[in-house]
Amino acid sequence: MQKLINWVDERLPIVDAWNKHLGKYYAPKNFNVWYFFGSLAMLVLVNQLVTGIWLTMSYNPSGEGAFASVEYIMRDVEWGWLLRYLHSTGASAFFVVVYLHMFRGLMYGSYQKPRELIWIFGMLIYLILMAEAFMGYLLPWGQMSYWGAQVIVNLFGAIPVIGEDLSLWIRGDYLISGITLNRFFALHVVALPIVLLGLVVLHILALHEVGSNNPDGIDIKKNKDENGIPKDGIPFHPYYTVHDLLGVGVFFFIFFIVVFFFPEGGGLFIEKPNFEPANPLKTPNHIAPVWYFTPFYAMLRAVTIDLFGLDAKFWGVVVMGAAIAILFVLPWLDRSPVRSMRYKGWLSRIALAIFAVSFVVLGYLGLVPATEGRTMVAQILTVLYFLYFILMPFYTRMEKTKPVPERVTG
Amino acid sequence: MRKLIFGLFIAVLPALGLAAGSTVPLDSFESDHSDKASLQRGAALFTNYCMGCHSMEYARYKRVADDLEIPVELYEENLIFTSAKIGELMKNSMNKDMAADWFGAPPPDLTLETRLRGEAWVYSYLRGFYKDESRPLGVNNVVFPAVGMPHVLVGMQGLCAVEPNIGTPASVEPLSGNINNADICPEYAIEGSMSGAEFDQAMYDLTNFMSYMADPIKLERERLGIFVLIFVAIFFVFAYLLNREYWKDVH
Repeated sequence: MQKLINWVDERLPIVDAWNKHLGKYYAPKNFNVWYFFGSLAMLVLVNQLVTGIWLTMSYNPSGEGAFASVEYIMRDVEWGWLLRYLHSTGASAFFVVVYLHMFRGLMYGSYQKPRELIWIFGMLIYLILMAEAFMGYLLPWGQMSYWGAQVIVNLFGAIPVIGEDLSLWIRGDYLISGITLNRFFALHVVALPIVLLGLVVLHILALHEVGSNNPDGIDIKKNKDENGIPKDGIPFHPYYTVHDLLGVGVFFFIFFIVVFFFPEGGGLFIEKPNFEPANPLKTPNHIAPVWYFTPFYAMLRAVTIDLFGLDAKFWGVVVMGAAIAILFVLPWLDRSPVRSMRYKGWLSRIALAIFAVSFVVLGYLGLVPATEGRTMVAQILTVLYFLYFILMPFYTRMEKTKPVPERVTG
Repeated sequence: MRKLIFGLFIAVLPALGLAAGSTVPLDSFESDHSDKASLQRGAALFTNYCMGCHSMEYARYKRVADDLEIPVELYEENLIFTSAKIGELMKNSMNKDMAADWFGAPPPDLTLETRLRGEAWVYSYLRGFYKDESRPLGVNNVVFPAVGMPHVLVGMQGLCAVEPNIGTPASVEPLSGNINNADICPEYAIEGSMSGAEFDQAMYDLTNFMSYMADPIKLERERLGIFVLIFVAIFFVFAYLLNREYWKDVH
């Protein structure tokens, strides 16, 4: 075995790579429960890839056959039901762990210098993930697949001058049709996964270049022993590989409860109208995107005033786009001398709490039909969402921070 | 383009009305896929009364026969009315275009109906027909107003003269001991062959069967789920011990 490793290593630096990324990658020893979600996101990604490959073997990407082929997978393909539920539940689980992973970053300032690129690669992953989920949701070709896609693609139509042609170009047809389904399928199973995997590699390479942040936001590389090893660092393998197994256990327990007992997720993971084949002539009473898009959908609907002669819908799209775009510049908005929420002041803590609550409530509002009162709440929350970012340069500089310890705590 | 879509929209408005959901109170329903006798009775009812118009085209006869423990010969003899073989999909021979002329919209496929609308909805709908001379077919439905479907089960239920009390479960009056709403229909225009309670049981069986058809793997899935969770729990114990062993030397 050692001979084989040596033979390969002389031709490809596998030992070096192992040490750099696992065996001698020194991670802070004070990771808490929030640090499980990065590796869990990898786990879900593998789940999506493997189940996705097998689903592709039996799926028929045509307007005539898509819906029936999903039912064929559910009924006639051996273990097809399990593959599909793992994939559909995995999609929601992906967003759950990614949202928690991002929230961890916000809490402990993981986006601050020198980790700006890690944050930006992460945001690109999030963006591609949304595109991947959106296109994947069309594939079962149910009513909500169809009308959800119709609504979202029509949003591009709100852009002045080029809008109509742009949405026509995306659909490849005047309506969402089999042609749209075919191209979404190609993007969902080939193009976007390749981009996603590339970005994940970049995300991790950038992380391993500068090292992991930790709940104290301390740079552990400042405190090294005589061998040049950070005093507060421990090798990722075996310490965090065995540690992450705990997270995997807890995650799988919850994940499999959904897969085996509540695969529809109470209508959140698989929406009820999706049990009816897509019908271009019949609009569902209430069209709601899947839960992980609803915060942004609520912001879109919250914009109700026409401005500068442009439709409110257009400004809704602008707000929705800005809500995601603003996340990219976060590393340059935070002017705090400290990273972690543990040593930031009360203003930062309150701002983050308001932000998190706004995001969750917007998510709820995006799920339910709009009423006058709800729209007003959504408008207020949309403003609060943006204020978290826009005011960040001020409140992070104004507030009194606590002294950061030399070494990591607990 | 917008005009065209709008035109199409107007053209299918009657069909839309037929499909619109309702918010009336429903009778609660709890399916039991392990009750094979109920599922078998439901299969017989569905094949005899529903399948002429409503297909179950995503499911196969063989699977139903196997899952419901009906011998294949018996199934072929009594429950397949077309020339289909036992391994084929459960389609029917109704012409969709003609059906659309007759009912306003072709009768939908019902394989996934209970997952689309809910079991309680189907159970209530099946028992919700009543006499309404203003409708083309002389009947209406409390759960599905302006329904396009005739009351196929009139021979069993009879025809209720007034709106049946869907959504109010039977209750016993504590003082007199009288049972209220034992029969959802207080007054019949046509008497059926079954009593109210018998018909409720028959519709339970039919809905139970449809619930099974919409999710045939449910029983097996939940059985497996228990073992999977036990496995994960045991895995967690070992992961915990392994983690504790390694982390002993981290201070």
